[in-house]
Amino acid sequence: MSAIILKNLDISYGHTKVVEGVNIEVAEGESFALVGESGSGKSTILKAIAGLAPDWSGEISVLGQPRGRNVDQGFATRCQMVFQDPYGSLHPRKSVDTVLSEPLKIHGLGNRDARVIEMLAAVGLDQRFRFRYPHQLSGGQRQRVAIARALMLEPKVMLLDEPTSALDVSVQAEILNLLKKLRREQGLTYLMVTHNLPVVSFMCDRMAVMNKGRIVEIAPATALHDGSFTDPYTQSLYAASGGNPDRKD
Amino acid sequence: MSDMPLLELENLRVSFPTPQGRVEVVKGLSFTLGRERLGIVGESGSGKSMTGRAILRLVRKPGRQQADRMIFDGIDLQGLSERKMRDLRGARISMIMQDPKFSLNPVMTIGAQIAEALKTHENLARSEVKSRVLEMLHSVRINDPERVVNLYPHEVSGGMGQRIMIAMMLIPRPDLLIADEPTSALDVSVQAQVLDLIDELVRDKGMGLILISHDLNLVARYCDRILVMHAGEVVESCAAEDLHKATHPYTQGLLAAVPRMEETREELPVLDRSAWSGT
Repeated sequence: MSAIILKNLDISYGHTKVVEGVNIEVAEGESFALVGESGSGKSTILKAIAGLAPDWSGEISVLGQPRGRNVDQGFATRCQMVFQDPYGSLHPRKSVDTVLSEPLKIHGLGNRDARVIEMLAAVGLDQRFRFRYPHQLSGGQRQRVAIARALMLEPKVMLLDEPTSALDVSVQAEILNLLKKLRREQGLTYLMVTHNLPVVSFMCDRMAVMNKGRIVEIAPATALHDGSFTDPYTQSLYAASGGNPDRKD
Repeated sequence: MSDMPLLELENLRVSFPTPQGRVEVVKGLSFTLGRERLGIVGESGSGKSMTGRAILRLVRKPGRQQADRMIFDGIDLQGLSERKMRDLRGARISMIMQDPKFSLNPVMTIGAQIAEALKTHENLARSEVKSRVLEMLHSVRINDPERVVNLYPHEVSGGMGQRIMIAMMLIPRPDLLIADEPTSALDVSVQAQVLDLIDELVRDKGMGLILISHDLNLVARYCDRILVMHAGEVVESCAAEDLHKATHPYTQGLLAAVPRMEETREELPVLDRSAWSGT
């Protein structure tokens, strides 16, 4: 069964069509990247899947269940999103504990204490951070909290919107390692938006390259090793990222 | 003239007061800069941006800066009055900030902002100001300058905003350009364009460049010399091509933490933070 299927997906904001005719199938357990410049519509696809961009037509289904246009509690337990900016995505007046227990409360799940403690450990945060507020945490710690919040309902599919672009390289390495570890341990499926090609090489199995709202190429991440892309736009994106400096030919 | 260093900095210190006493964020930094491209790299909080600001004497109170020597092109920056300093900023040394969204005035048209940068430092006829602005926009590769001068910052994209910032900073023809993370808010493809542009302008005009960034590979690509900063100190200084021979463990750690295009490692090595994270 495929984890995410998008068929002929068009998404508009008002009268502007930002995504046109997107077809993607992400297998269960796969890590799939959406790559492209700002404005290419890659984040919009994630938003449409998460239900944050309701003006779409076509077909979206996650784990075999088609997504409606309304708020869907059951959907939230299958699929969760992590946002780009850990400085903006956490409520400044809510402690880590409140942030992490909130999804449990909404879904009426019990045993909250134990689950919060367990999740903090899973994302590599010490228990002393449990009652702190976001401003008392560093960027990397905040992103760990954001990942923990997304994982509270034990979803199987994670939508990652540039999870490390606001972080330093050394912190980025920690978060990428964490995401990789969580995927391995919990059998998660990732749909990840990024513009950093080396991150794709580290994290993902396949990638779709987007330009102006359309997918121009779907390639395996191993194509990054030698730049064997067929589409001219992908080739220019690859060249702009510096190509592969480790390979001299 | 060309042998004389453009900027000499000796024992620069920047400190901020905290409840536990003054904390130094830059601890005795020294370097000399000719008409070359110098890269300063480090993580957030390493003091690299403060170094850039201190050169322009822009460290805000209650922050305090002092140096044994801070000479720019024969002028002692520390001895200048605030008024003289203001004349120098922009005209001789200018700085490109990180995020065009926050650095451009939202209620002024782009043309007016660029013209303001020019008029502050030079006395020119209105028609001449206009032609210089258009010419500058053209040289930062904005296709349709006549249209763009009448736009407001929210009407342009991030890459274009950053190019406008560059135009604004270069129009008074400074000798030294400080670029503080000029491209971290931009896409990779635009990033390369903006940096190539800075690079070209810097080389054509024989300016000095200080490129401040957290991206080691990017700095290695665009600079001649690199300073690696950590916790307010320079831990390593080397030629850009020798970066991969870096000897300091911190530099090596940073280099190793960057994912590669051909990534085969199962896990990225992580810096051991426990030694210095106090929280």
